Amino acid sequence: MPAEVLRLEDIRKSFNLGTPLETEVLHGIDLMLRRGEFCALIGPSGSGKSTLLNLIGLLDRPTAGRLFIEGHDTRALDDAALTRLRGHSIGFVFQYHHLIGAFTAAENVMMPLLLDRGHPDDTMRSTAEDLLDRVGLLPWKESRVGNLSGGQQQRVAIARALAMNPALVLADEPTGNLDTRSADGVFALMREVNRTHGTAFLIVTHDPRLARRCDRIVEVVDGRIVTNEAVVHSAAEEA
Amino acid sequence: MSRWLPFEWIAALRFLREGWMQTFFILAGITIGVGVIVFMSALLAGLQSNFLQRVLNAQAQIMLLPPDEVARPLRDGPGIVEDAVVQRPTQRLRSIDQWQAVQTQMATTSGVTMTSPVASGAALALRGEASRSITLTGVEPESYFRIVRLPDSIVAGQARLLNDEIIIGTDLATALGVALGDKLRVTAASGRDATLTVSGLFDLGNRQVNERNTYVALRTAQSLLNLIGGVTSLQLTVQDAYAAETMAQAIQGATGVRADSWIRTNMEFFTAVNAQRTANTVIRLSVGLSVALGIASVLVVSVVQRSREIGILRAMGGTRGQILRIFLIQGGVLGLLGSLSGSGLGFAALVLWHRWARQADGSELFPLTIQPDLFLAAMGVATLTGVLAAMAPALRAARLDPVVAIRG
Ligand SMILES: Nc1ncnc2c1ncn2[C@@H]1O[C@H](COP(=O)(O)OP(=O)(O)O)[C@@H](O)[C@H]1O
Ligand SMILES: [Mg+2]
Repeated sequence: MPAEVLRLEDIRKSFNLGTPLETEVLHGIDLMLRRGEFCALIGPSGSGKSTLLNLIGLLDRPTAGRLFIEGHDTRALDDAALTRLRGHSIGFVFQYHHLIGAFTAAENVMMPLLLDRGHPDDTMRSTAEDLLDRVGLLPWKESRVGNLSGGQQQRVAIARALAMNPALVLADEPTGNLDTRSADGVFALMREVNRTHGTAFLIVTHDPRLARRCDRIVEVVDGRIVTNEAVVHSAAEEA
Repeated sequence: MSRWLPFEWIAALRFLREGWMQTFFILAGITIGVGVIVFMSALLAGLQSNFLQRVLNAQAQIMLLPPDEVARPLRDGPGIVEDAVVQRPTQRLRSIDQWQAVQTQMATTSGVTMTSPVASGAALALRGEASRSITLTGVEPESYFRIVRLPDSIVAGQARLLNDEIIIGTDLATALGVALGDKLRVTAASGRDATLTVSGLFDLGNRQVNERNTYVALRTAQSLLNLIGGVTSLQLTVQDAYAAETMAQAIQGATGVRADSWIRTNMEFFTAVNAQRTANTVIRLSVGLSVALGIASVLVVSVVQRSREIGILRAMGGTRGQILRIFLIQGGVLGLLGSLSGSGLGFAALVLWHRWARQADGSELFPLTIQPDLFLAAMGVATLTGVLAAMAPALRAARLDPVVAIRG
């Protein structure tokens, strides 16, 4: 098992705004994430954070550069193989509108497993219930997700992102839509999962307070990484 | 969540349930469409089979007659036509030449199942002061009554014909004031007459027929009509009633006698059936098309509404194929459910219509037969229509770019 979950080499992304106009949004990104790393991605709005996350999440392809997920070079993979790799290696937490309203909390958590295996089974259900228990929502397992609060929904989304036991969870402003208290809770949950599970996280956030609680902060400005440095945690913060 | 269903089925059913208003309205639409088709098809088929039953029980499928006497235009000299209007000469009562030979030939013709000779002609039935003109049909009861199901229509007495007996219709009996066992004088155009005993009364459900048709023994008719040893027609039944016309043409070519099939004599009916069939097909296609368009438009809206969820499913490892199938299944399920309730509606309408709509004589207008193949066909076609109609929306869903879909 390679020690790195993610490696980006000179990744570029352009969007065709109708030929011949082409705007490059990411100008050569190099980035490496180790297993179990808890990394914040910060930067002003429009700097390319979501674009970068979509590339890493294999939802979109870079215009140039190489992208490795758990050592797999993704350039050679076709759409079906990318989908499979995405399903197995990467979990997503989005800012909002992230759960499937026609299903209960437990079923939403099961969803990645269901998509992978095709049929529901008992192990899926118990996995989902374990995960819901971990995010403190077991009593709500049969609730329609529409009936949950924003913080609760985000906890369900985190549980779902962990269902396939991925090496990397990508979270695009997961607390951007929450009040401070819920945001703290959700963040603490991700941190706890990271510590106990060894899951790597890449979290886009606007909240410097939260960013400082990560292992590393990567700052993107205008499509370039301008800072990439480890956070030194004081003993007080650790406690 | 049923553990027997694959993921695509679970998602399809959940989506249909979540959008229950759309689902309800489109199902109601499909139900009405399928109901109309089922009702109309079963009704038409019933009416047709009822009519055919009546026709086939009341006449032979092929009737052999002596050839027409041909009319010739009068000419004064070469090229001068005196009278452009050529009138068909009145047909004298003539026997089929060598009818026994023809009958023997027919009996050995493959496809012919029964033959029966008939001598028939016009006559007058008299009783006291009352008289009515009748058609005297002389038959051999053993063979004739197997071709024409007169015994089924006997309401009094029996379908028995001794030489001095006659079977008449209920309306003639009323007109002449005779009852079963009474005597009746019959005078033929030839001037001969006979006194016959009424041995049976029939009711064929048609006043004109009940007043006019009478049946006597072949020998009796031959002597009354001055046709000793002759017959005016040979009645045939064939294995395949629908092949009667081609067979009739073959027989006419082979024997020289005129052969009329029941198809030719009921040409108007078949023309009407064909017109109805065309109309029915047009209606089916239009209903099918509007059902398909309805399903497609509901699913297109659903794909747009769910594009973010579709994107999320894709982000979680859902394949294009899985997304495609979720929507194809929704289309198929809508078609199937709609055809089930539509068949129920159509069948209920049939039962009600069957109860209320009656012939003039109170008998059923059409037989109420449950044709499982009609329902199965409706279900199969509706399901397939649903799947096909879902194709465009499903492809659209499968091709959604997850990045765009999630960003909304
Ligand atoms: N599909 C797209 N087509 C064209 N431009 C895009 C597209 N997606 C993002 N962009 C542009 O790329 C830049 C970065 O956007 P984004 O990655 O969403 O920034 P961030 O998440 O950091 O706010 C923006 O200028 C945005 O307009
Ligand atoms: Mg963004």
